[in-house]
Order: sequence, then C-alpha cells, then structure tokens
Amino acid sequence: MRRVAVTGLGAVSALGVGVPAFWDGLTAGRSGVRRITAFDPSAYLVQVAAEVPSFDPTAHFDTAQSDLLDRFAQFALVAADEACRGAGLELTDTERSRAGVAIGSGLGGAATQDESYRKLYAQGLTRTHPFTIPRIMSNAAASHVSMRFGLRGPTLSLATACAAAAHAVGEAAEMIRAGRADVMLAGGAEAPVVPGVVRGWEAMRVLAPAPGGDPSRACRPFSRDRLGMVLGEGAGIVVLESWERAAARGAPILAELAGYAATSDAGHITQPGIESPARAIALALDQARLTPPDIDYVNAHGTGTRLNDSTETTIIKRAFGPAASRLAISATKAMHGHAMGASAALELIATVLAIRHGIVPPTINYAEPDPECDLDYVPNQARDMPIRAAVSNSFAFGGLNAVLVVRGV
Amino acid sequence: MPDDIDRKVIELIAQKKKLDPATVTLDSTFEQLGVDSLDAADLLFTFEDDFKIVVPDEVATSMKNVRQVVDGVRQLLATRAEAG
Repeated sequence: MRRVAVTGLGAVSALGVGVPAFWDGLTAGRSGVRRITAFDPSAYLVQVAAEVPSFDPTAHFDTAQSDLLDRFAQFALVAADEACRGAGLELTDTERSRAGVAIGSGLGGAATQDESYRKLYAQGLTRTHPFTIPRIMSNAAASHVSMRFGLRGPTLSLATACAAAAHAVGEAAEMIRAGRADVMLAGGAEAPVVPGVVRGWEAMRVLAPAPGGDPSRACRPFSRDRLGMVLGEGAGIVVLESWERAAARGAPILAELAGYAATSDAGHITQPGIESPARAIALALDQARLTPPDIDYVNAHGTGTRLNDSTETTIIKRAFGPAASRLAISATKAMHGHAMGASAALELIATVLAIRHGIVPPTINYAEPDPECDLDYVPNQARDMPIRAAVSNSFAFGGLNAVLVVRGV
Repeated sequence: MPDDIDRKVIELIAQKKKLDPATVTLDSTFEQLGVDSLDAADLLFTFEDDFKIVVPDEVATSMKNVRQVVDGVRQLLATRAEAG
C-alpha cells in the first residue's frame, strides 16, 4: 500500500478567507459566530450562524464564472486555489489524467434552491433560471474544481451530511493507496445559511440560541451549560499525493494522512451510536499502524449538542481505553461553526496545523465541567504541546462515521 | 378528571407512536412510550400546530413525560390568552 502525503491546504471559513486567517482565529480562540447577514433573521428563533465574513465573489470570479456558481462551489474553488498554490502543484497533461477530486457537501447549492423555490412559490413565477440545476447539483463543487485544474482522473462528490468531507478525504486517500490516482484534491464545501435550511434545523431543536445576545458564546462544546450547535459555512480542500511523488518533486509535505476508516451505526437516523464510531477510530488507528498511546490530540466532532458531546466522550473512552485521559481533545466548531459537509475538512486542516505548529486550538466558551464529559477538552486557551499524531472524528446524521488519522513528519 | 387538553395530548402522542390511547397515562414517560429525541421534536411540532402555540426550547427540554407536556401546553395556552 502506498503512503499518502498532505501537501497543500485551503480554507474558507467564518474565521476568514484563507488558511492564515483560519489558523490565527483558531489559536486566538476567536468565535466566527455572528448575527445572520444572508437574510433578515428577526423573525427566527435562532438568529446566529458562522458565516464567512465579507466574502466578495467578484474578488475571485468574473460574472460569467460566478453566474454558474452557487456560494458553496465558490468556496470550494477559492479553497482549492489556495491548496494548489501552497502545494506548488504543477501537473503535466499525463499527470492530470491520474489526478482527481473528491468533495463532500451535505446539501449542494442550497441558496440557489431556496431562492428559486421562493420565486416559484412565493412570487408566483413560472420559470427558473436555466443555470438553476447546474448550480444546485451536489457535484457542482467537485466538477468545477476538476475543470479549473484540468484534472481528468476520478472525481466524486459525497453527500454524507456532517461527515461528508471526512469520507471525501478518506476515500481520496484510498484511491491513492490503491494506485487508482496519484494526486487528489479532497475536502468539503457547504453554504447552508438560507431561510429554508435554518428553519429546518430550528425545528429539530438542536441549534443554540445566542445567550444574552452574544453570538460568540452560542456554541459551548463539552461545557455543562451547552445549548446546541451553530450552523456554519465554508470550504476546506487539501492536496493529497502519493508519498513517492511528493518526495520526488520536493513538495512541502505537511503531514501524512496515515489512516482512515468508515463505519455505520445502522441504528437511528439522528441519534449517535457508540460501538460503530469507536470501531471507526480503532480501524483508522490500525490502518495507520498506531495504537491509542501514540495519539496526542483528538479534534472532536464536538457539535455542542447535549447528546453529541456526552456520547462522543463515551466513544473516545471506548476507543482509547486508559489512554483517553491523557489526550488533548478540542472542538473547533465553537469557532468555525458546524459547516456540515465542509466541517471535517476544516477540522482536518486544523489538525494538520496543530501537529505542524505544536499548538492545540482550544474549545472556547467552556464554562463548567459536565460529569458526563470528563476528559481534557483544552478549555478556552490554545495549548503549546508536541503532537506526534492526531485523530479527527466525524459522526454524521444517518449514523455514518468517518475517522481520519494524521501523523506528523 | 382528564380534561380536553389531557385527552388531546394523549391522543396526539398515541396517534404518532401507533399506541392504544388507553395505554397512555399522564404518568407515562417518553422513554416508556418509545419517544426518542427526534420523535419529541416531531410531537412538539404537532402540539404547536394543534394548540396554536409556540413551545420554546427551554420548555421543550423539560418535557419528559405526558404530564409535563400537558402542564407546558396549559401554561402556554394561558400565556397566549393573557397576551390576547
């Protein structure tokens, strides 16, 4: 089996456009959660989200391009550009036929869908724009990235909800391991902050309101006073390459994507399981040929809902055994929000940077210990510590679990 | 004596969970009735529609048995009547 190198990173998030803004925000413990600007949320129960601040499509695309791009695909292209630049990726025509794309997105072009339905049902129009379908389709982000870079190998989109980007990165790595591709651009993109989607999440009663009118304190993973999750948006894209290729061209190898595993609860459509997520962690460690004591950091799924955080604590204890108590664990969603299909990619990037810089981003808004969440969640302040290897958890609605293991180089 | 609100709440829960209403009492817990968190959100949506109320999250999280639902609905109806 071939080894897989991570050679480029690109991020668009509530902490800003670009990896530097993302990492600065994470290490400073800054929340990207604010009052919603995409629409007037005054009539909504939940009025906050982690939106990408001041994202200006015209800075990145001319109108002929952006007319064809929903916001989620725009995010993906901007993140992919950054990742490829960082990797110094220059592919010959032959190499491009062995390079592909895997991008997760839970919803695809949500804003385009919402807007076109509003025109049909609220305004009574009888036509939608001919670009409606090309903008909505879930594979739009992956296809546009493949077109931008001329990548003619396998291109996939994965729609596994909150784990979509982890499945995308993991399956992309498997393609490289299996020799079906040499280079993959992988990650996730999502732009779900639109009226219909926010209403849907409100109805599930899992979104945190902004306590005392302070949006930045809305999401409080693992804290006893946690009130729920906060919707986010953005994109994360990484460049994955076969180790030999990356080493031969002198690429900046940032980390090794050492392990991946996916399991399913086959249980409940929204409630998380324990056995299958724990097994995913164990299988991913096996592939990486690592054992629990080799792991120093876990980037948790950590949504900030009552059920997720206590269940994830149990999962981590089950998978890591006695080693669980010495893990540094953090939930960065309190800062970049739950960007659904993009989340796992943003969290993978946070994990790679944590290893490279020897800094664990904190779990912000941590106020009170919860007896059901009794591990080390790196509360409120980033922590300097050497990290040999780390795990990133993603557990999606539908009972779909994907775990990535990253090793430092 | 059960009143209309008791009866309606029990009827709605029984309908949703395909239970005989006679087996659902004010003391039945969600757990006993097999009402999980997703079912609870679904039921709250139904109560809101049926009673024309809005159940805030903090009231919703306190509802773990039928009596708490009935009490919550009754209070919200009273508040609505006052607000007129």
